[in-house]
Amino acid sequence: MSRIAATFTALKAQNKKALIPFITAGDPAPDRTVPLMHALVAGGADILELGVPFSDPMADGPTIQRASERALKHGVGLKDVLAMSAEFRQTNASTPVVLMGYANPIEAMGWDAFCGAAAQAGVDGVLTVDYPPEESAEFAAKCAAAGLDNIYLLAPTTPVERIATVAKLARGFIYYVSLKGVTGAATLDLAEVAAHLPAIHAATGLPIGVGFGIRDAQTARQVAEVADAVVIGSRIVQEIENSTPETMLNNVKNFVAGVRAALDK
Amino acid sequence: MQMYDLPDAQGHFGPYGGVFVAETLVAALDELKREYEVARHDPDFLAEYRHELKHYVGRPSPIYHARRWSEALGGAQIYLKREDLNHTGAHKINNTIGQALLARRMGKKRVIAETGAGQHGVASATVAARYGMECVVYMGSEDIKRQSPNVFRMKLLGAKVVAVESGSKTLKDALNEAMRDWVTNVESTFYILGTAAGPHPYPMLVRDFQRVIGDECLTQMPEMIGRQPDAVIACVGGGSNAIGIFYPYIPVDGVRLIGVEAGGRGIRTGQHAAPLSAGTPGVLHGFRSYLMQDGNGQVIETHSISAGLDYPGVGPEHAWLKDSGRAEYVSIDDDEALAAFHNLCRYEGIIPALESSHALAHAARIAPAMGKDKALLVNLSGRGDKDIDTVARLSGIEL
Repeated sequence: MSRIAATFTALKAQNKKALIPFITAGDPAPDRTVPLMHALVAGGADILELGVPFSDPMADGPTIQRASERALKHGVGLKDVLAMSAEFRQTNASTPVVLMGYANPIEAMGWDAFCGAAAQAGVDGVLTVDYPPEESAEFAAKCAAAGLDNIYLLAPTTPVERIATVAKLARGFIYYVSLKGVTGAATLDLAEVAAHLPAIHAATGLPIGVGFGIRDAQTARQVAEVADAVVIGSRIVQEIENSTPETMLNNVKNFVAGVRAALDK
Repeated sequence: MQMYDLPDAQGHFGPYGGVFVAETLVAALDELKREYEVARHDPDFLAEYRHELKHYVGRPSPIYHARRWSEALGGAQIYLKREDLNHTGAHKINNTIGQALLARRMGKKRVIAETGAGQHGVASATVAARYGMECVVYMGSEDIKRQSPNVFRMKLLGAKVVAVESGSKTLKDALNEAMRDWVTNVESTFYILGTAAGPHPYPMLVRDFQRVIGDECLTQMPEMIGRQPDAVIACVGGGSNAIGIFYPYIPVDGVRLIGVEAGGRGIRTGQHAAPLSAGTPGVLHGFRSYLMQDGNGQVIETHSISAGLDYPGVGPEHAWLKDSGRAEYVSIDDDEALAAFHNLCRYEGIIPALESSHALAHAARIAPAMGKDKALLVNLSGRGDKDIDTVARLSGIEL
């Protein structure tokens, strides 16, 4: 069983929901990423999403765009992100790490080289925003062969008949994009999210995570009532942005702990 | 070469093209694909498109024999396809009319566009005014500085121009921002993409709306000189004017197709916008094609004197035509383009766009070694009024 599947199974046994925070690797500086990953776990994260910096993050709002730009100023690329994952894995053997990013850095490295290196680094899953199933069946097969879970997005605009197509390739969990828009947008419609999830549950046995636009513990709790996992990205990146080097790790840990407490209430 | 039936149903030209977008946009692109499939076979749609091209754009655009300039060069005869005479001053309007008519069929009342030189932004604002639609144009703040007359033109036409401050603040970032708008407003909004790039079906439908350029030439050249030209030359940024004039010529034997990329300060300096000449395949803006990128797969900043060519990618059909050998791609640097700009002004009384000046410069490079009985057809894709500030600054002329 993959680390991601094991995590969801364990949480289910405890009747708990998964908390999945996101940070961009290399933001605000490369040497901060592994300490931040540990701080997220200390705050109560179940799975970590690590953003791979890209020059043209089309699906991201201003907050994660800025995080990407800060990381790129330090020259952080996919190889560095894999090295950070490997370093984290030396001191944490259980928390799954999912890389989230865009197709081109993976294309530049090559599918085989990437799958091999990611598995070697202890990465558990890959979410590539601009690889819909139509363009990634072969990549998904290579991921599966390397033991990597390929995670796919579903959106409010996804037609019901397409859900099955996506579900067929998806592994680990399904990431439901809770709104029409970019990451960090402010308007999540809880009723709409709740209305969409049953059709997805009907098409797949995989857990469903919900993300985009979840900014506080209360919303996270409400989303967790209908989903298996809650993804929080921009709000945590803001916490990093607004902290000093001295307060950053604590602020991030405390924010995650607040969401954790709300989820477990 | 025989005519091909590409892209395939998934939008691929061999290994290039495709639909590399976030899930939220997949349904919108499917809807566009379905709607276009019906529209392209609908006689009423096609009749209205042709009517607009004739009465609103002023088509067909003439072909003009640049006799004095050809004589001065002392070789092949140079013929200009006068897209600069179109309403709004460039080929861009052929496409924006087609897409705006599609938007109206689909009941979308808000259109968005990205623009580099501002020509596509003006053409989009124009059709939005013409059909009574709300229009928002995304433009890099660097480009706004170098193309101020077009910014004012868009505002006069009622469009909202949004300055894009992210990344390199040029065309590629404007495209990112337009995509972000579309993903947010996908149900109310039609994205009028300006070049033969982006996710399927855009490269195909932009080509289909621009092929009128080449279709007219196929008839006009024999009328003028009794035969087809020896070569067709066009500048390539995203590649819409080039694919428009190349496409009908693909099955015509004996006609060389030459795309001219922006060599900037020289290919060897790395400061250019020539992915076909010096890039590698990658994925950006929803499609796979040649791309200017570093070893980490980050898209690198481009440089060109011309804002309309300042783009790190290129339409997927050009990538395919390059690999297949049917078209050849070369580059012209800033100085050569500027020289051609001045020469066309002085010899022919035509002020060309800096984009088109790259195609003119390549014609000037190869014409002298060719016989006087040879014919080069250059797509004069736009007029240069928008560029006079840039040219004045670069040439040390005070206005």
